[in-house]
Amino acid sequence: MEKIIKGKAYVLGNNIDTDQIIPAEHLVYSTSIPNELKMYGHFALSGVPIEKAGLPDGNIPFIEDENSESEFSIIIAGTNFGCGSSREHAPLSLNVAGVKAIIAESYARIFYRNSVDGGFLIPIESINKLNDKIETGDELEIDIINNQLKNITKNLFYELKPLGSVFEIVESGGLFNYARKNKMI
Amino acid sequence: MGKTITQKIFEKNSHKKNLTPGESVWLDVDVLMTHDVCGPPTISIWKNEFGDKAKIWDKNKLVIFPDHYIFTKNVHANRNVDILRQFADEHQLPNYYDVGTERYKGVCHLALAEEGFNVPGTVLIGTDSHTCTSGAFGLFSTGVGNTDAAFILGTGKIWEKVPDTMKFIFDGELPNYLTAKDLILQILADITTDGATYRAMEFDGSAIRQMNMYERMTLTNMAIEAGGMNGIISVDDVTKSFLSSIGIFDYDIFYSDDDAKYFSVNKYDVTKIEPTVAKPHSPDNRDIVRNVEGTKLTKCYIGSCTGGKITDFEFAAKLLFGNKVKVPTFVVPASTQVAKQLEIESLNGISLKEIFENAGCIIAESSCAACLGGPADTIGRSSDGDIVISTTNRNFPGRMGSKKSKVYLASPLTVAASAINGFITDPRNFL
Ligand code: SF4
Repeated sequence: MEKIIKGKAYVLGNNIDTDQIIPAEHLVYSTSIPNELKMYGHFALSGVPIEKAGLPDGNIPFIEDENSESEFSIIIAGTNFGCGSSREHAPLSLNVAGVKAIIAESYARIFYRNSVDGGFLIPIESINKLNDKIETGDELEIDIINNQLKNITKNLFYELKPLGSVFEIVESGGLFNYARKNKMI
Repeated sequence: MGKTITQKIFEKNSHKKNLTPGESVWLDVDVLMTHDVCGPPTISIWKNEFGDKAKIWDKNKLVIFPDHYIFTKNVHANRNVDILRQFADEHQLPNYYDVGTERYKGVCHLALAEEGFNVPGTVLIGTDSHTCTSGAFGLFSTGVGNTDAAFILGTGKIWEKVPDTMKFIFDGELPNYLTAKDLILQILADITTDGATYRAMEFDGSAIRQMNMYERMTLTNMAIEAGGMNGIISVDDVTKSFLSSIGIFDYDIFYSDDDAKYFSVNKYDVTKIEPTVAKPHSPDNRDIVRNVEGTKLTKCYIGSCTGGKITDFEFAAKLLFGNKVKVPTFVVPASTQVAKQLEIESLNGISLKEIFENAGCIIAESSCAACLGGPADTIGRSSDGDIVISTTNRNFPGRMGSKKSKVYLASPLTVAASAINGFITDPRNFL
């Protein structure tokens, strides 16, 4: 696990559901064939209505053209991020697109578990609403151990909630690594 | 301190006593369910992670229903079903329900009930968020992703946090213009789409006790729309007679103690609830049908694990009998059993199927179909500019197809009334 995560912010609103993260029609691609796996990155966040894509102004595509990786590696969002279906393709597609962490006010349970157990990215809860304070493109730095977020562009600091009981799974890089470490499997 | 049903099932399957909400425990899984969208990646994670040692923990406890992308020419979607078929063949799985055979069932959540996998007092985990549906039978059921499912496939275990429970009590006699769908949309409006995150939702009250199992499943089905971990209804005579009709007699029954501690208790008098819709683009965007009456529609849709059960079609047929629909109206029986029931059950001597045909509805084969949009050739899929009223469960942007369509969620009565007029209509106008 990286203890310091640096990257550009991509800012979204509340209730970003799994159909916005990866629309259902794309779920047909194989996750074990590299060329098809890339498609999940290519279509990541393609279901977000364009006027709400990349706040505050919107109209910023998460993925440019034919790319499968985004220039943004940290997502800032409001409440209930990842609500909707149980598809693990949601955190997976963000991972393929290069997202390392999400900072949201709250998460839907299944998305949260999937992010942690699959070791795809780190879902962090903010203490206050941040998606009205950070702008898409801001340079951010997250300190996972000290639960701190620095907005380098604006020179502002925010406190984050600790990962709590899932820290060990996150640190191990997912459920299977955690289970092997603890001799469960 | 008393305990809720959900806590009691957690104690049983974790072999621990006196659990407190928030605590993480490992549960023994009684049934693992998967389908064509999440099954193949689950299998591939299981193979990668367990390697040569990969062994299914208990074949009898693994249930696989292809149901999501079935009647499509999409080659990738069909490949997913091929992977399931091969896997089932290779491991001689007893509970695989293949497409194109007599065994094909349709939508997993209804199929679990019909095939007798919803056993009270057990833990049922599925790779589908609406797995909470099974809780109508007094069991703990919840949805997970592929990694968790792969872990279960190899070990039979899952970690879960003991949830707090929210109780919802509906009292009174349900009026003929309301269905369980109206009640759950009301709850969603009150607690919003994240109001039950990480919590159990327990339903009770005289109105619930009068409901048959299918209507109860509509309530537990949409617990996930409030972010709920599970929905649950305790066992009573209605549950027992459903189970005995399919040959299930042996199970553990748990009840919440009178002094159980709840996170919250909401009480409703059902006679005060009105026919309800969720407006675009969120299941908690409630309004009463009267307020949006007259909204022009381009499509109506009756289907899915929420609104494609036999009872949903009984409601719809009551209004569609002798009427014609004014906009394309899709009838998608959730399971093949429901499709058969449409031919057998009748109203005024005419089969439900004929009633729908005579009304001009398009009857599709059993699957998830346009509930989740699906590949481009999916029947009933929404297109740009569509305004749809549907008995399904989600209306986030693009859920039923195009991001540029709008979806209203409603009861089968409201959808049928609206289909007849071509605009959103209160079912009381036809009752
Ligand atoms: S019918 Fe819809 S909600 Fe139900 S399992 Fe299928 S896609 Fe999911």
